[in-house]
Amino acid sequence: MSLFEAQNVTKQYGSTLALDRLSISVPSQSIYGLLGPNGAGKTTLIRIINQITGPDAGELFLNGRKLKPSDVADIGYLPEERGLYKKMKVGEQALYFARLKGLSKTEAMRRLKYWFKKLDMVDWWGKKVEELSKGMAQKVQFVTTVLHEPKLIIFDEPFTGFDPVNANIIKNEILFLRERGATILFSTHNMGSVEELCDNITLIDHGRSMLEGNVDEIRKSWAGNEYMVTFDGKVMVPENGNFRILESTEEDHKTAIKLKSLTPASSNQILSELMKSGNILSFSPALPSMNDIFLRVVQSKSSEPTI
Amino acid sequence: MSKISVIIEREYITRVRKKSFIIMTILAPVLMAALIVVPTLLMTNQDTEMKKIAVIEDKSDLFRNAIPNIKNTEFVYLENTSFEDLKNNFEQAGYYGVLYISPEVINVPEAVQMISRKQPPIMLLEHIERSLEKEIEKQKLLTYKIENLDEIIKNIRSKVSVQTIKLDNTGQVKQTSTGISMALAYINSFLIYILVFVFGSQVMRGVIEEKTSRVVEVIISSAKPVELMMGKIIGLALVGLTQFLIWIILTFGIVTVVKTSVFPGDGIKEAIQKTSPQDLMSSTAGITQEQTEQIAQQTRNISPEFAKLFDSALNQPWGLIIFSFIFYFITGYLLYASIFAAIGSAVDNETETQQFMLPVTIPIIFGLFVAMSTMQNPESSIAFWFSIIPFTSPIVMMARIPFDVPPWQLALSMVLMVLTFIAFVWMAAKIYRTGILMYGKKTSWKELWKWLRYKG
Repeated sequence: MSLFEAQNVTKQYGSTLALDRLSISVPSQSIYGLLGPNGAGKTTLIRIINQITGPDAGELFLNGRKLKPSDVADIGYLPEERGLYKKMKVGEQALYFARLKGLSKTEAMRRLKYWFKKLDMVDWWGKKVEELSKGMAQKVQFVTTVLHEPKLIIFDEPFTGFDPVNANIIKNEILFLRERGATILFSTHNMGSVEELCDNITLIDHGRSMLEGNVDEIRKSWAGNEYMVTFDGKVMVPENGNFRILESTEEDHKTAIKLKSLTPASSNQILSELMKSGNILSFSPALPSMNDIFLRVVQSKSSEPTI
Repeated sequence: MSKISVIIEREYITRVRKKSFIIMTILAPVLMAALIVVPTLLMTNQDTEMKKIAVIEDKSDLFRNAIPNIKNTEFVYLENTSFEDLKNNFEQAGYYGVLYISPEVINVPEAVQMISRKQPPIMLLEHIERSLEKEIEKQKLLTYKIENLDEIIKNIRSKVSVQTIKLDNTGQVKQTSTGISMALAYINSFLIYILVFVFGSQVMRGVIEEKTSRVVEVIISSAKPVELMMGKIIGLALVGLTQFLIWIILTFGIVTVVKTSVFPGDGIKEAIQKTSPQDLMSSTAGITQEQTEQIAQQTRNISPEFAKLFDSALNQPWGLIIFSFIFYFITGYLLYASIFAAIGSAVDNETETQQFMLPVTIPIIFGLFVAMSTMQNPESSIAFWFSIIPFTSPIVMMARIPFDVPPWQLALSMVLMVLTFIAFVWMAAKIYRTGILMYGKKTSWKELWKWLRYKG
């Protein structure tokens, strides 16, 4: 069942169409990636979900019911441009945002203590935000986003500004939040994190959905006829009419070869031919990275004449 | 509804705890109190030391006892003393200075000299001049050999002080002082001007801060833009009222403390009334009966005047003044603060506010000018129109109220003010809602007009 659904959402700013009949469906307790180049309409969609702006047309559903203003209590939002009051103390600020989301003072304090301890931020409580580094401020904002335990958490570029250690901490927290029942929607340019975290994605370009679905399925469907083979020791594989060698690298007494089949031959046929060349350690279809898919989708689109 | 109160609370508490707020809140009353207390202290305390002034006349005896003693100053008429001798050692002899009167003084005004180490106070010099002039007049009159001259002089001595009395519609007579009304008009309209400007532009700066730091996006995902805008405006209004209240309490507190320590047991008013006649009377002991009477008459004139001033201050329509002050502060502030908030939302930084600020500040400053001219002529048609037009009415009407405004004019002005501020808060909220999420684009007036008409 999907926790959140957008149907044919359209939004126009002046003469530019920011969103063009866009539909997404975010399954409950999953991590959903919103991909797309700059200016594709990701932030517009996120703002519409947060009811910061309204759509010109289309409908939004949360938990199967139409999205209504009071639903903001069930949504957590970490905007791309981090926003905290610079002169305000960290603790007071976190408390303020929590209370704006409808938590009582005592409840907010209890949860803040838990999160500050968990993310090793206790010392920051009395500091002003301007005294913190960018990454530290971002951690504070992460906490304020998830504190009211929203059903739907929206992260706009959650990893920018973090060092690898902290990025990893946040990554684990996101996975942990999903485990505890939250549904996460995040937009990113970081394709590595998409492969690692996302269950499903939508790729948006020029306000339209270009690609949608389960990450593994998308990668399989874009796999083409490429395979990765590893041989024991140094091996030379002769090319034949069935396949072409794309890459061949040697490392640690192993040879890794990437090949593309030229005929609709089955993988078994290719494998049987390869077996003649040496001792095979592994054989797998080479899945394209999300980065490749992203580039291919966006570039093929932009080469088309725009209407 | 609870969200707006959380926002108001934050705006209020963060500002009230700021160092600049605390310093201003404490310092301003000290300055204000100093402004009230120091002149009073100077007036009552300036000449505490007793001055003895030697009066020497050259080869004549015309001005014996011509200069009556005044508070803290005694004039000692010395005979058979040469001016040249005393000139060099008057200090050793215990004199503050030497007044030398040459016989030519009847014809040559400059024939009087005052020798002293310190610059003599201007009041003292005026006293000497006045006394001598009177004596010379008398001497000159004497040469006409008129009978009963003293009686005649007493009779012709006169004094004029115009008392302003206003008749109101019920036929009641009220004694007013134009001076007090003017002072009130000035203070009230200037305070409104300052408060609207200072707190209005603080609203704008707050909005810009939230926009540039992108806090606004986080808040807007939890509360409505209107709630954020109104929360800020109301929070700041409360800060303003708090500061205002503390100022009044502290100023009165300081003044009272100083007053009681300087004049134990007495109010300032009593102190002034008391010092004048009695001190003078006692210090004038030994002077002729006629002179004592003169002085007593003069000084008696001072205290009733003061009392009248006090009465006319009390006669001011205080209830109306306080009510309209609060009314015009709140509505005027809401009107301008909402405009300032809309401007703040439309720009990316403070320097960009210039093009929008000018049309907004012009009516305020213009209002202040009209208010100043209103004090000269409260019934003029300029004063009338600008006290009705909402943008200038808070400032101009406050300047008119101490001079009595027809009730229908006040009512019309207030109704228009309420309608205008509601309309502007509504429009500002529309611009604000769109503006706070727009970045990197220089906003034009046309753009603002478009935002105003956006739906949803």
